[in-house]
Amino acid sequence: MSPISEPPISDSVYEGLFGGGDDHWAFGTGFSDPLAPADAPLPSGISRAALAAYCLMLGDDALVLSNRLSEWSGRAPDLEVDIALANIALDLLGQAQVLLSRAAVADPSVVPRLPGGSPVPAQDALAFFRDDRAFRNTRLAEAENGDFGETISRLLLFATWRLAIFGRLTDSADAILSGVAAKGVKELAYHRDFAARWFVTLAQGTPESRRRVLAGLDVAWRHHDELFRAHPVEQELAAAGVAVDPAGIAAEAGAVLGQVLAAGHAKLPAVPQAGGRPGRDGLHTEALSRMLAQMQSVARAHPLGRW
Amino acid sequence: MTEWPLYEVFVRGKRGLNHVHVGSLHAPDDEMAVRHARDVYTRRNEGVSIWVVRSDAITASSPDEKDPFFAPSGDKVYRHPTFYEIPGHVPHI
Repeated sequence: MSPISEPPISDSVYEGLFGGGDDHWAFGTGFSDPLAPADAPLPSGISRAALAAYCLMLGDDALVLSNRLSEWSGRAPDLEVDIALANIALDLLGQAQVLLSRAAVADPSVVPRLPGGSPVPAQDALAFFRDDRAFRNTRLAEAENGDFGETISRLLLFATWRLAIFGRLTDSADAILSGVAAKGVKELAYHRDFAARWFVTLAQGTPESRRRVLAGLDVAWRHHDELFRAHPVEQELAAAGVAVDPAGIAAEAGAVLGQVLAAGHAKLPAVPQAGGRPGRDGLHTEALSRMLAQMQSVARAHPLGRW
Repeated sequence: MTEWPLYEVFVRGKRGLNHVHVGSLHAPDDEMAVRHARDVYTRRNEGVSIWVVRSDAITASSPDEKDPFFAPSGDKVYRHPTFYEIPGHVPHI
């Protein structure tokens, strides 16, 4: 953050109000990105491969859900909601960008090889040139959007879970992870608030809106338990003070979800959990393959392209 | 579907002293209006505070009343503080 300088004394009555700079114009100023580049020293005593894997887990969750939310652009129920969903998608994309960069710094061998002379940066190579088996996102993030009710239910579950994780990740021994978390908690707090308000509005709205949002919750809930099941990498790094064990935040996230559901007069869904191995292991539903085929096709067709 | 009510949005900029009207939007209720205003009007790091008010709660002057309202002040140049000089050593005026 750059310090805000005191306004200079001037002859103009109005200049003093605005500090003589551009601050009063319609565009904002003071943008900063303290996390770029993501090459801070690594914490000592941990496996580089484990740190890279963990960064990919959190980064892929954000990247994949960001892409799903972007699919609403131009199609949301209302112009205002359209922009809101795009904003949330952009917040998540920003988180993904730093986390994928960090993964590449921690263990360069995770980055797909591109033809010599390719200008594609490591985080883009990870996003656009990995196959689905190399993605480590949870399956909740990759599920198709469904209708607006389903999108809201999924976002509620995702943002509640991720906010609880990021809240603790601010104490991570890794400087980039703690930095991403510190920035991300503000973003995720808004995402959760947005989703919770919409969940209650739809659940308490018309019979049709209630039916749809609760049906959407049933769909999202099939991946609920997977969110809180720790992968060995998460356990290893949590013991080293670098990662957050998702099992440890289940009570906190559950309390928040319970509040939101109660406000919407909804019960905890009683649906069976999705079978199979979790997304953290690189095993995914075919929804992810289809999404990646579309998301990656242009980049893969032009590996030497400059964007 | 019933149309959501219209809201007028006022944003106070980072170094601005007052809230300025920036536009309008539709929202289902007051609280969502503040959130929509945040999403639509402060995306580029503009604001530190937002007011919203339902457009139908605003009482406005009518275009028909333009002359009786505003024409009489058009020739009262003496109301402008332009007839004295500010001494050079007096700052902040």
